[in-house]
Amino acid sequence: MRITADREVCCSAGQCALIAPDLFDQSDEDGSVVLLDAQPDTGRLDVLREVVSRCPTGAIRVEEDPGV
Amino acid sequence: MSYHGGTTGWLITRHAEAKELLTHKSFSARQEGIISPVPTELGYAGPADPGAFAKTDDPIHSRYRKLVTGFFTVRRTRQFAPMIERIVHEQLDDLEKAGPGADLVEVFTESVPSRVMCEMIGVPESERKTLQRHVETLGRLSCTVPEALAAVSGMSGFLSRFVPVRMDDPRDDLLGDLIRGGQLDEQELMGMTATLITGAFDTTGNMLAMGVFTLLEHPDQLAKLREDPELMGTAVEELLRFLTISHLGASRWALEDVEFAGQSIKKGEVVTVALPAVNRDPERYDNPDQLDIGRTDHGHLALGHGVHQCLGQHLARTILRVGYEALFDRFPTLRLAVPGDEVPMRDDFVHYGPRSLPVTWDD
Repeated sequence: MRITADREVCCSAGQCALIAPDLFDQSDEDGSVVLLDAQPDTGRLDVLREVVSRCPTGAIRVEEDPGV
Repeated sequence: MSYHGGTTGWLITRHAEAKELLTHKSFSARQEGIISPVPTELGYAGPADPGAFAKTDDPIHSRYRKLVTGFFTVRRTRQFAPMIERIVHEQLDDLEKAGPGADLVEVFTESVPSRVMCEMIGVPESERKTLQRHVETLGRLSCTVPEALAAVSGMSGFLSRFVPVRMDDPRDDLLGDLIRGGQLDEQELMGMTATLITGAFDTTGNMLAMGVFTLLEHPDQLAKLREDPELMGTAVEELLRFLTISHLGASRWALEDVEFAGQSIKKGEVVTVALPAVNRDPERYDNPDQLDIGRTDHGHLALGHGVHQCLGQHLARTILRVGYEALFDRFPTLRLAVPGDEVPMRDDFVHYGPRSLPVTWDD
């Protein structure tokens, strides 16, 4: 599983950092997404699905099964 | 639906369509095209003032908003917790002094969020109550044009005294940071300050008051929260969903003719998202009308959705969490001093909440 976060698309709503603060933070400059862990445990998939659904601009994507 | 005055418009009550509308590029938040879904004499004659980013679209909106977002991130707002705790406890000291029968709105819920924002931007305490009255007037739908003009001129009078003084001598706070950043002129700094003040004052205040009122009226939920304080995070989200104090919703207007949700919406027509209905959409939530502080499925739109989603939402969450915790901790026997149905409500305000909330407790 691999997470990508697009800072250009991000509108700094901070839903990701609210739901999963161990995986996402926000920059002090403009509040845009900072990815802390791009390859978390697969057990986090439900949380990540919520992050993706709550992100207002679709800045966060999760590849569930990369390159297998 | 038909808006006041007979203009055709649209109302969204489904959660999924609300999310889609609020991120749709064909719809604008610019104030000059918005019509209120309820009758009011308040309206906007033209575009938003420079710096007043809430009623603009990108890229103007994001240019301004990005300059302050760093102060409102999840991590940063949690760092404000000690300051918020100090203010909360000072107001609760006042509540103790006022004694049983005191109005919780006046002593506590209205004062905490306004003091927090004033401290963040360096507004002197001596100005706070007057500003609070102006914000209140401008959020009251029954307000007449002369009342609104008086509030606007009171507000801009304050800003034109306050902002230039700070520009000469910027402090170590949010406004000082914006001034030192050097990207905004005086007018823009004034618009930005006004937006921060109006966005922070009555929103969180009403939510704080409504949350207390609601928990006191749902003793089983309050007992559950006392038993397991770890539930505070989900309790705050559930109260936001259940209460949705932005009871007039969020409105946008079509920038072009557009097909949306199977309907043909003409250029210029206004669409209002009925946020309270959306947050109780039975297609989205199980038992939507039931308050369940243990509910983990949130995704509510109480703070909006899309690029205009509330800037201060994480600050509000921290204030609500700290506020509820401290209040119920220090006043474990807190209860309403009047029957619940006798609490006067702000039906005629943009943000719903009690006008006053008389409370009592065992000394």
